[in-house]
Amino acid sequence: MNGAEALVKALKLEGVDVIFGISGGAALPIYHALGDPENGITHMLVRHEQAAAHMAEGFAKATGRVGVCLATSGPGATNLVTGIADAILDSVPMVAITGQVPTTAIGSDAFQESDIVGVTMPIVKHSFQARNANDIPRLVREAFYIASTGRPGPVLIDVPRDVAQAPVDKFVSPKEVKIRGYNPNTKPDLSELEQAVELIRHAEKPVLYVGGGVVSTEAHKELLALAEKTDIPVTTTLMGRGAIDDGHPLSMNMPGMHGTAYANWAIRDADLLIAVGVRFDDRVTGNLKKFARNAKVIHVEIDPAEVHKNRVAEVSIIADAKDALRELAELCPEKKHDGWRRQIAQWREEQPLFYDKNGELKPQQVIEELSELTDGQALMATDVGQHQMWAAQFYHFRRPRQLLTSGGLGTMGFGLPAALGAKVAFPQQEVWLITGDGSFQMNLQELATSRVYNLPIKIALMNNHSLGMVRQWQTLFYDQRYSGIELPDVPDYVKLADAYGCLGLRVTKPEDVRPALEQARATNDRTVLIEFIHDADEHVYPMIPSGQSVEDMRLQPRKRA
Amino acid sequence: MSLPNQHTISVMVENRPGVLARVSGLFARRGFNINSLAVSATEDPEISRMTVVTTGDTRELEQIIKQLNKLIDVITIYDHTDENLIEREIALIKVHATVENRSEIMQLTTVFRAEIVNITPSDETMIIEITGDQNRVDAFLETLAKFDVLELVRTGKIALVRGARAT
Ligand SMILES: Cc1cc2nc3c(=O)[nH]c(=O)nc-3n(C[C@H](O)[C@H](O)[C@H](O)COP(=O)(O)OP(=O)(O)OC[C@H]3O[C@@H](n4cnc5c(N)ncnc54)[C@H](O)[C@@H]3O)c2cc1C
Ligand SMILES: Cc1ncc(C[n+]2csc(CCOP(=O)(O)OP(=O)(O)O)c2C)c(N)n1
Repeated sequence: MNGAEALVKALKLEGVDVIFGISGGAALPIYHALGDPENGITHMLVRHEQAAAHMAEGFAKATGRVGVCLATSGPGATNLVTGIADAILDSVPMVAITGQVPTTAIGSDAFQESDIVGVTMPIVKHSFQARNANDIPRLVREAFYIASTGRPGPVLIDVPRDVAQAPVDKFVSPKEVKIRGYNPNTKPDLSELEQAVELIRHAEKPVLYVGGGVVSTEAHKELLALAEKTDIPVTTTLMGRGAIDDGHPLSMNMPGMHGTAYANWAIRDADLLIAVGVRFDDRVTGNLKKFARNAKVIHVEIDPAEVHKNRVAEVSIIADAKDALRELAELCPEKKHDGWRRQIAQWREEQPLFYDKNGELKPQQVIEELSELTDGQALMATDVGQHQMWAAQFYHFRRPRQLLTSGGLGTMGFGLPAALGAKVAFPQQEVWLITGDGSFQMNLQELATSRVYNLPIKIALMNNHSLGMVRQWQTLFYDQRYSGIELPDVPDYVKLADAYGCLGLRVTKPEDVRPALEQARATNDRTVLIEFIHDADEHVYPMIPSGQSVEDMRLQPRKRA
Repeated sequence: MSLPNQHTISVMVENRPGVLARVSGLFARRGFNINSLAVSATEDPEISRMTVVTTGDTRELEQIIKQLNKLIDVITIYDHTDENLIEREIALIKVHATVENRSEIMQLTTVFRAEIVNITPSDETMIIEITGDQNRVDAFLETLAKFDVLELVRTGKIALVRGARAT
């Protein structure tokens, strides 16, 4: 057995059955080992390493398991960088494996040498460079442990070619991982819990502000138990969408820049903010000084560094959200907040999410109809931009891990590979990608991957012939000087779909939306791409301009009577 | 003793390649200051000790410590704020010592309990070593400033807390 074979065996021991990647010189020994049909790991060849990383992310976000991507040294490795950066900001469990030039050549500017450990140091949870083939099983074990525990994140394993080829004397994989500098298991502290219960007991206008941490630990049941018992309305960040069923009367949809008016007003007036698995991101808080200025804060977080980072919390519970919510649901007495609930319902009536149904095709309509047709059950991947916000606002999410989106880094091009990664994990489920013409063109080559590996997904491409989100900012804040945002009418997406063996449809009228969606749903032998052509002047509302506060929220203009 | 908002912390790390880059990179990336840094071996060959002097208010210091703790190779961190420390820095100062001022320099050296470690008469230079806490080294350097200081090198601070407790 050599290092590469030990690597593959160790991956198998971690339960890995699929890897996304592209090979090359320094990765050849690893590919040789992977190529052995005995090992039971499927390798999916993508068309760009960035997509390999996003596929691993999509797989991980949809399943909660560690996603694995693989690339060769130099350009292969650097192509992974965007995906790794994406994974650290959204706390996605991922192991990225890179080939490296032989140890004897490291530091010599050898062919396809890049110091990927150095390049990625600021964007990984941890990284390893294998220096001895005998260490590989342990490194793999530690990498998976680190990637998947505590606050999840990406871990890099760099494998020099000579190490991959060196003989392994004995395959030893530790049963238990012990890393003295890493202790991710913290249990909720009883006195903090008691203080939290006191605050909850006395709160009159409490709000649960929940996010990615609740999704990643699948604490939706515990959340619901607490919310229902204490009658506290819930707002879910972009990363937390699906933590509560949007049909639940306590759900207030999303907070923040493009959140609902009623969620933002509720936060404004709240006297207690129970923040669970959230990091007070500036897209949510805007101006921190004015965010929830009347509220005390209980912060439930697994990463101590997030507590008091952006907002000082009166009570902090450093624990897994699932444990903390379970305990809180148990300890908190039942309560009713009729007046507060009525107030929120009234705001919601006054200012629901809506759009101007003016007889033209609207992207929001597409999402709304899709939500109805799929009964809110589909896996939804998005790219980044206006379409992403409309998907977050208008799709009726029901469960965690349903929305696969790039929140922290906001990576255009994330969507298609992420959708494919989710389809790999759940071949029987309906997987949709909501994308824009800008984002889609950043990784559209992966249509080939969908074809070759028979991963039929459904793509709703919102074509506004522009980088819509940027255009919106230029309209609102930069004198309508449209600079560098036009995407003229190339390619022909129907032909493009056809060229990749997918079904392409084009829709321009509102009445054709539903039939096209239905046709896509009924087509399961290949990927369907529907191009929805809509006007570039459509804006995402509500909008709290960057760095401002709820007082500055701009609302969807009412239709002129 | 030290400047307001100045903190000394000891970061105990795995003695592995790349650890220094991880720690110093974190300071740079998150906009934390490093006033001085000393990396050294410890009583345990697997552990290195980084003594870092940094500036920031309490909340910044809290972030620095928490973010450092997230590095897998960081084992423990000791925050020495308000602790009863023994702290030392060393400076070597090369001065141009003429016949006229040589005795004054030597006198000052004695007063500060510094030491002349080299004299090169041919080109009228001497190298003085001072070891002490930051204030003492600062004061000595200030005193020498009126002479012709040719070169100066100073280590980062190292520190231990008095008593049996591990720090
Ligand atoms: C164009 C665009 C617009 C956006 N607009 C909005 C917007 O209007 N509203 C909005 O909400 N977002 C918006 N976002 C997303 C935003 O940038 C952030 O990604 C998002 O708000 C962060 O979500 P979060 O606070 O839930 O934290 P995440 O990034 O999901 O982080 C999860 C937090 O939970 C913690 N955690 C992890 N696991 C656990 C566990 N087991 N137990 C407890 N804690 C845990 C982590 O340590 C971390 O602090 C937008 C993004 C883009 C690209
Ligand atoms: C890789 C990358 N480059 C640039 C940006 C900045 N950016 C944010 S949204 C956006 C426009 C997205 O356009 P499109 O995908 O067509 O979506 P739309 O907003 O039109 O729905 C751009 C350029 C980004 N988020 N990611």
